[in-house]
Amino acid sequence: MAQFEKSFTLQVPSSTQNLALIREFVSAIGAQAGFDEKDVMRLQLAVDEACANVIEHAYDLEATHEVTIRALIDDDLIRFEIVDQGKGFDPARIEEQNLDALIRDRRSGGLGLRLIRSIMDDVQYQIVPGEKNELRMMKRLKKHTA
Amino acid sequence: MSTNFRIERSELGGAVVLALDGFLDAHTAPQFENAISSEAEAGHLHLIADCRKLSYISSAGLGVFMSFIEEIREKGGDIKLSGIEPKVYQVFEVLGFHELFDIVDNVEAAGALFDQGSRRKD
Repeated sequence: MAQFEKSFTLQVPSSTQNLALIREFVSAIGAQAGFDEKDVMRLQLAVDEACANVIEHAYDLEATHEVTIRALIDDDLIRFEIVDQGKGFDPARIEEQNLDALIRDRRSGGLGLRLIRSIMDDVQYQIVPGEKNELRMMKRLKKHTA
Repeated sequence: MSTNFRIERSELGGAVVLALDGFLDAHTAPQFENAISSEAEAGHLHLIADCRKLSYISSAGLGVFMSFIEEIREKGGDIKLSGIEPKVYQVFEVLGFHELFDIVDNVEAAGALFDQGSRRKD
């Protein structure tokens, strides 16, 4: 496993009120890693979505648990690890629905994961329901997009 | 800390303008949901979301637009969006919202679309 140059950890109670604090954390780390303003906002969004999913779905909006956000930065990439001890889920069962279908079903739940996948270069889950769920997502510093 | 979110309501012609100010995330989305719900229940179906002061939106905020748009359009209304900053617009773009909603530069342009009876997306 690669050694990262720097790592930072934020642990907060599982309340949506703390999403703002989480975004501030991501913003500071993203800027330090060298991402521009536009990409910093994308990183904020990806981590916000991941943590909001944890709070709403893994912890059923109970604010008595904890969410851990670990940020690891290296020369050319940043990795975030979002850790919780709540209910896990099977990522394979989250279907990629198109927007029309989501609107018809009046569901917004699929949007967060879609955003995360579109922003980050690599997304992986390790799910052990009730014990430890970890979402790892990575973005390269100079991503060449079409 | 960027927890603030406010909505200011005004009217423009026959449309209701909801000016969104601040950070629209999973914490503040219920506030926006209540505002749109109140308008829909009162029969105000020509809605303009003025996003000039919207600093941030996550899927929870986008979900509010999605959860009401079909019902409002079925009743002959629409939600039009105006003045979205580029950094916020990119979120709408990633999800394809620009294909589903009329997004214009300012509230006046949004009001004009209602005056013309235009409803591009359906």
